[in-house]
Formats: sequence, C-alpha cells, structure tokens
Amino acid sequence: MKKLFLLIILFVPLQLFAAEDIYRFTSVNDQQRFATLTTQLRCLVCQNQTLAESNAPLAADLRQQIYRHLQQGQSDKEIADYLVARYGNFILYRPLFNATTWALWLGPLLFLLTGVLYLLYYIRQKRRD
Amino acid sequence: MNRLKQVRSILPFIIFAMILFLLWRGLGLRPNQVPSPLINQSAPEFSLPDLLDAKKSVTHKEFAGHVTFVNVWATWCVSCAEEHRALLQLAQDAHIEFLGLNYKDDTIAAKKWLQQYGNPYKRVAVDSDGQAAIDWGVYGTPETFVIDKKGVIRYKQVGPIDNDAWEKTLKPLVEKLRNERA
Repeated sequence: MKKLFLLIILFVPLQLFAAEDIYRFTSVNDQQRFATLTTQLRCLVCQNQTLAESNAPLAADLRQQIYRHLQQGQSDKEIADYLVARYGNFILYRPLFNATTWALWLGPLLFLLTGVLYLLYYIRQKRRD
Repeated sequence: MNRLKQVRSILPFIIFAMILFLLWRGLGLRPNQVPSPLINQSAPEFSLPDLLDAKKSVTHKEFAGHVTFVNVWATWCVSCAEEHRALLQLAQDAHIEFLGLNYKDDTIAAKKWLQQYGNPYKRVAVDSDGQAAIDWGVYGTPETFVIDKKGVIRYKQVGPIDNDAWEKTLKPLVEKLRNERA
C-alpha cells in the first residue's frame, strides 16, 4: 500500500508538467518546425532561456503566437521577422553578425590566434636556448 | 632580451587590470533593458475596449496632435504601484497625457485601483490577453512609450518612471517634442 502510494506520488508532478501547453499539429513537419523555432528564439523575461524552455507568461504568449502563425501557413522566416520587428534582434538566440556583435563572434578567434602566435614564439625561444 | 623579461614580468598585472576594467564595466550594464526596434516608427495600430466605458474603444488615433505617454500597467505589478504616485504627479504638474494599457489584468480590480489611488490616465485601454502588448514589444511591466504629435514612438522607458528618469531623460524629451510641429 505504501509502495503504491509512493508510486502514485512519483507520477503526479510529471502529469502536471505534461498538462501545460498542448498544441495540436496537422503534420509532423509543423510540429518539428514549432520545436525548432521555439528553441531558436529567446525569452526576454528570463534572458538565458529559449521560448521553449521558459515558464514566463510572456514566453507562453509568444509560443501561442508562433503556433498561430504556423497554422496560418507562414514560413519560419516570416515568423522570426514578425518577432524581430517587435522585440529586436535580441530575440534571436543565435546572435546575428553585425556592428554590435562582431567582437562576440571574432573574439574567440582572436584569442586563439594570440595563443598560437605566443606558442610559436615560445618554441622558437626554447630552441635557441 | 632584458627588456623582454621586464615586459613579461608586468604582463600578468596588465591582464589583471584589463579583466578588472571589464568586470567594472559589467557592473554598469543593464541587460534587462532591451533596445526597442519600434523607436522612430509609427505606433502600432490597435483598437481596444475602454476600461471605464466598455462600450467605447481606445485606438491609436488618440495620439494625433499631442505628446502622449503610453503606460503599460497592471494591478498585479508591484513596480506599477510604486510608479503610480509619480504618474499622478506628472499628469497634474507637467500636464503629461497618459494613455494606460491595462495588461493582462482583472478589469474589476483595475477599476477599483484607479478609484482608490487616483487616475493619472486620460484613457485606459484594456489588453486582457496581452496580444496588443506583443505588437508593442512589451516584455514586462511597467513600460512607458513616448509618442510624438505625429503618432511616432520616440522613446521607450523600461521599468518605472522615477525621478532620475524623468529629470534626465523624459523631461527634456517632452519639452523638445512639444515644440515640434504636429
């Protein structure tokens, strides 16, 4: 009896979790597109989470919007553009390459280059000694 | 060769100073302030029920001819309560015309709130499901948009309007916008 009770308790939170946000899709393709889109867009409330991960009410509203636009037959680009027009490029989880983000993209390369140059210099010095 | 050794010995300090500088800069960053792409664009069109008279509707046509502050608020929002007194004061002393956007709120609670604490708004539009707010790129409350006489969004204030924001940014902006032609 005790074991059964524990077993039931174990499944309760899972049930609750599964209950939120149920979207019906007419095709597997649409379902996959929805999954991809929501993981490529940022939740602006909890900024290190994607729309798919976030529990913020705004994220739920935006998921709803994406779903609606998908059902209307819009392309991925149209949906992303719709959100960028309202919330800016920041909503894209993968930042674009532009004037404000170049250091972000090229920075690691620059560090690598510096490291390699230093290493070459170091090896050369060692050899000479 | 000797010179090189000297450089090498102070290099860690230089790197340390650089890291320190970056960390110090990081303290001043406000990542919650996401710049709005709607600045210098026409305010989004909307038509929403009036909070105080459900038969009437509030639309973007309200903006024509004067400077308007569109303030997104809700009774469940704690900072909105803090901001409310400032709004009342600005409406009275600086003659700011506020248009309220009541965001995902309980209409009865919202009406009661305005009765109890005073109403700084000329009109209040009800956005019960938050769909209009998405068109405005709203991602939190309170947010305030400054609209010029032509109905163009000129500035977005994220978070409550405090004394600092008013004196440094909003007051000079309002003076400038009021001098512009409609």
